Amino acid sequence: MSAELAGALQPGFRNFLLGVAAVVTLSAALAVAGRFVPPRPAAAFRTANRYVLLTVLALIVLFPIYITVLNSVLQPNEIIRRPPTLAIWPWEADWSGYSQAWDQGDVSSYLLNSAVVTVLIVSGQLVTSILAAYAFAFLEFPLKRTIFVVFLATMMVPFEVVFFTNLQTVATMGDWPVVGDHVGLDTYGALAIPFLATGFGAFLVRQSFLSLPRDLRDAAALDGYGHFRFLTRVAVPLSRPAIASLALFSFFSAWNQYLWPLVVSDDKRTVQVGLRQLRGVALDQINVTFAGTVLAALPLFVLLLAFQKQLVRGLTAGAVKG
Amino acid sequence: MTAVPGTPAVAPDALRRAPASAAGAPPHRRVQRKVREALLGYALVLPSLVVFGVFVFYPFAKNFWLGLYRTPPFPGLPREYAGLDQYRDVLGSDEFWNSFWVTVRFVLLTVPAGIVLGLALAVLAHQRLRGIAIYRTIFSSTVATSVAVASVIFFTLLNPQIGLFTYWLGREGGLSPLDDPDTALYAVSVTTIWQNLGLAFILMSAGLQAVPDELLEAARVDGAGVWRRFRRVTLPLLGPTLLFAIVVGSILAFQAFGQIDLLTEGGPEDRTNVLVYAIYTAVFKEGNEGKGAILAIALFVITLVLTLVQLRFLERRVTYER
Repeated sequence: MSAELAGALQPGFRNFLLGVAAVVTLSAALAVAGRFVPPRPAAAFRTANRYVLLTVLALIVLFPIYITVLNSVLQPNEIIRRPPTLAIWPWEADWSGYSQAWDQGDVSSYLLNSAVVTVLIVSGQLVTSILAAYAFAFLEFPLKRTIFVVFLATMMVPFEVVFFTNLQTVATMGDWPVVGDHVGLDTYGALAIPFLATGFGAFLVRQSFLSLPRDLRDAAALDGYGHFRFLTRVAVPLSRPAIASLALFSFFSAWNQYLWPLVVSDDKRTVQVGLRQLRGVALDQINVTFAGTVLAALPLFVLLLAFQKQLVRGLTAGAVKG
Repeated sequence: MTAVPGTPAVAPDALRRAPASAAGAPPHRRVQRKVREALLGYALVLPSLVVFGVFVFYPFAKNFWLGLYRTPPFPGLPREYAGLDQYRDVLGSDEFWNSFWVTVRFVLLTVPAGIVLGLALAVLAHQRLRGIAIYRTIFSSTVATSVAVASVIFFTLLNPQIGLFTYWLGREGGLSPLDDPDTALYAVSVTTIWQNLGLAFILMSAGLQAVPDELLEAARVDGAGVWRRFRRVTLPLLGPTLLFAIVVGSILAFQAFGQIDLLTEGGPEDRTNVLVYAIYTAVFKEGNEGKGAILAIALFVITLVLTLVQLRFLERRVTYER
């Protein structure tokens, strides 16, 4: 083990440690500088300690991502080199892995497929959820409660319980006239159709609709608004937070789907299933795997950075609200 | 609907409070309105109901029927009715119980550890420090990695030729932890914990935000130390969040598939052959739908039990709060 450690302490690893040390020192320095007046030594020390702890943990959490990004810009022979290269200068980066992943690795078409399917699923879920939620929140009709329970009951059936029969269903639909070409095996329609409605989405939007003041509806009626105008001009705009949460939530789950695209698609592979292909490439092209992984993960990272607040709300909608 | 004709001249406010349908309309008009409203209600829930009917309830019900018939060894031969015998065979088989216990072990390995780590990070990041937002983003970052992305990242890290983890573990060139029957499930679990860490962190942070600062401050004034404040104030108030995380985490862990498919394909020696992977193998590799359907029913029952546990506790919590 100690020999192993000594081996690891070769230049690459030493650079890495130096990098860590630099970051730690820098953030500690920043911390101390930030609370410059009045730096009671004990308090400053405690603050610095916290930064050190947070930084070390952040580096551990980020390590798998860091190493993937790093390997994506190394050449295969450098990736295999031991002791491993753990840091390089940005201008030494080799971007050929990305262009290979994009072209030969088909990542461009995987990403396109994922994007199309995700857009279909998200818009489908938004439309069906908003319509159903409107009925549940603002309309009276016999069996309303029963139908609502049916919606909730769908949340208790995991997709993993029904996927193989659904595969036969879309295969059968493929033989139907007119629509067959759009919902049969290996089509965008087949990838999206089982997910075009969700009980969760209808529930989430209904809750938001119910929280709108009743007076609003009456006022809108007085202004001559019918159901359609009330829905599109009042209810939906006022429920934007809930709808945005639902949109982000369904975007994430649609983009990340694995089981269904794996069994239903062959030519129209989504990027998640495409990764399975990339995983198996030869070692002399292994940088392509890393580049492909980065490309597959990038869209969600961008979304996370852009919409962190809404996403947090969407993900915790069930947890914190009673 | 438009304002009702013949309404006496009253103040706008009073008018606003009156229901827009107004008692002044002739009875047959009111009935007509009700019927139209009901029809609109059904029309709005219909799209969702169609999707649920075709892709949730039909395949769900079909599972019970599929389980009654032995799938012929070659397609085209008639199905042989086996009644409940097949249920007894499948649910009594070593294979099923192996999958069940592997899945339970996987849940126990991933859910508690994930929650504890998420909570630890959330507590650390729940303080007023300059730049803490950066750490929060980093700790939630793995929420943007899909199962497939995380699996491919760890697949490369655990690769016997290029993996840094195998290198640091001194196993380079030998058996990958993923191919070693004694460590495969742990390797899959570490991948899963890392992938879910961001979600756990977000959930726990949201829970912590709901803990009133005044309570903690009061406890501090009373002389309670950090650990005591955490144990006696924070933890009890986090109860609902923790319960939600445990139940939802367990349900999701019982449905794990992608990481198994990408990392171990159920092996070595079936040590990672979780329930959903067993369903997948039964249907797609053995072509045995009857067996797959029965395994799927077992998965459903497990999910149902976990959901009911959650509903029971949630109900209690709501009455407790109000």
